[in-house]
Amino acid sequence: MKKLKIGDKEFNSRLFTGTGKFSSSKLMEEALLASGSELVTVALKRVDMNNNEDDILKHLYHPQFNLLPNTSGVRTAKEAVFAAQLSREALETNWLKLEIHPDPKYLLPDPIETLKAAEELSKLGFIILPYIHADPVLCKHLENAGVAAVMPLGSPIGSNSGLQTKRFLEIIIDQSNVPVIVDAGIGAPSHAAEAMEMGADAVLVNTAIAVSENPIQMAMAFKMAVEAGRMAFEAKLAKPTNYAEASSPLTSFLNS
Amino acid sequence: MFTELFNTYNWEQTKQSIYSKTKIEVEQALNKTSKRDLEDFKALISPAAAAYLEPMARLSQQLTQKRFGKTIQMYVPLYLSNECQNICTYCGFSFDNKLKRKTLTDAEILKEVEAIKALGYEHVLLVTGEANQTVGVPYLKNAIRLIRPHFSLISIEVQPLDQHEYEELITEGLNTVLVYQETYHKEDYKIHHPKGKKSNFNYRLETPDRLGRANIYKIGLGTLIGLEDWRTDSFFTALHLNYLEKKYWRTKYSISFPRLRPAEGIIEPKVIMNDKELVQLICAYRIFNEEIELSISTRENEIFRNNIIKLGITSMSAGSKTNPGGYAVEKESLEQFEISDERSPKEIEDVIKSNGYEAVWKDWDNVLM
Repeated sequence: MKKLKIGDKEFNSRLFTGTGKFSSSKLMEEALLASGSELVTVALKRVDMNNNEDDILKHLYHPQFNLLPNTSGVRTAKEAVFAAQLSREALETNWLKLEIHPDPKYLLPDPIETLKAAEELSKLGFIILPYIHADPVLCKHLENAGVAAVMPLGSPIGSNSGLQTKRFLEIIIDQSNVPVIVDAGIGAPSHAAEAMEMGADAVLVNTAIAVSENPIQMAMAFKMAVEAGRMAFEAKLAKPTNYAEASSPLTSFLNS
Repeated sequence: MFTELFNTYNWEQTKQSIYSKTKIEVEQALNKTSKRDLEDFKALISPAAAAYLEPMARLSQQLTQKRFGKTIQMYVPLYLSNECQNICTYCGFSFDNKLKRKTLTDAEILKEVEAIKALGYEHVLLVTGEANQTVGVPYLKNAIRLIRPHFSLISIEVQPLDQHEYEELITEGLNTVLVYQETYHKEDYKIHHPKGKKSNFNYRLETPDRLGRANIYKIGLGTLIGLEDWRTDSFFTALHLNYLEKKYWRTKYSISFPRLRPAEGIIEPKVIMNDKELVQLICAYRIFNEEIELSISTRENEIFRNNIIKLGITSMSAGSKTNPGGYAVEKESLEQFEISDERSPKEIEDVIKSNGYEAVWKDWDNVLM
């Protein structure tokens, strides 16, 4: 399988993971190791950035894990830029999952503030992965602003509802010049495989692993599904046909 | 303002419509795949739903885990003062209750902060009575300023304030305001609050509107269970919640379920809510609103708290003291109410773990404000 390149990093695994909702940090660590994930996102608000012994961070000190701090909790571009700078200083990475959701109920991303923040953070040298609606035009704007990838949602976050935005994801994947990571709503390995078969560059999964009865086994299931989906994409799926082969072709007269 | 919507409702008619809900309506509410509405909530809190407690609990657990994961957030109250100009028939700090009044000084606040920090807390709830001369906005502002460097998240449960006053406190780092209506029964409200600023029912009812306009991060709603019919009061809380969520969509909401507890010099509850009914109510809120935070305090006893962790609750307090200075300064001063679960935060963390959940101490950062 082709490696995935984002910014200056190459990834063998196309399964990105989240760190919330687990029943313990130890179980989170084991599940993430089992997933083979090389990029794990962590909410700045959950960690004590200035404490090396922070319970979440200390379970993520593995060479294969790259940290992707996220700005969950911020409501405006201004707050996001401020949080990003603190994160870069404390966690020593310029990678950032830019999440701005002023709506705490459905946690839907604010396209206007996200674009503003991306423009500013890009000038400050951040590797930005913005969490956004499956909005193809917004993706082009973000691309122009200099983001390293786009992260459109498959369905509302934590909903386990799968790729409800499929038609728009197809357009985004078709048009994008930066990697497309389907984030949010992936509730089953089959959803992840579907996204990968469509040509998404990676997926990000959290709730479906964290909340399952057996997070470690579920992490392995997602690992396999993402690999299977990617392999299928690279091998070029046979397209289903919805028309019959006519016994008397309508265009045969052109050959006579 | 919510008052306009509220005034279109009649208490007795509302109560009647809850008590006349049938088993079929409960089943319809439970089996619904689309978003549940206020009529579904009525069915879920109705006497007819008592027979469906187990399926309600299962659904509540599943929905809670989907949204919040296997986690419980931890918070602790810090009582700053027991001075109060209000007469409230159910409260130990009531103006007519003869007790030694105490308001913490700066040095005392910091001493309490140190004791609470040693317990592991990052989220703190500041509590006062209503005494504008001593614990008005300038006092609260100063207290938040003192406390902010030590905690990730600051909440208050104090007298209702004006919008501009909330705005001032938000600038200082205030994140959450808890303001319980106590009861939505207007006439009974007057009986329980005969004197002081709190006797103004509408001013209290419109407090969440003022908070929403001030763009507060989170508002905690609830009623004091024991004053009036809890089902009707809970319906009005849900109505209030629905109104607020649509109008102030940037704000987050939580619900608490304080059951009236014994305290010195107070009334007996008019209505007793048993444990089964409290579980029914908690599950009903979750099934009605998948995103709402639900909080349980040390008013509840050990067995109840051990078992409620898995059923829909998202935050808990532990090791709470309900008297100013209770953690370090003056441990023996009079409490607002007796707590039922005296276990330490560490013990509660172990209980949470043994339930297969994680205690979350920090879910905010003061850089975010």
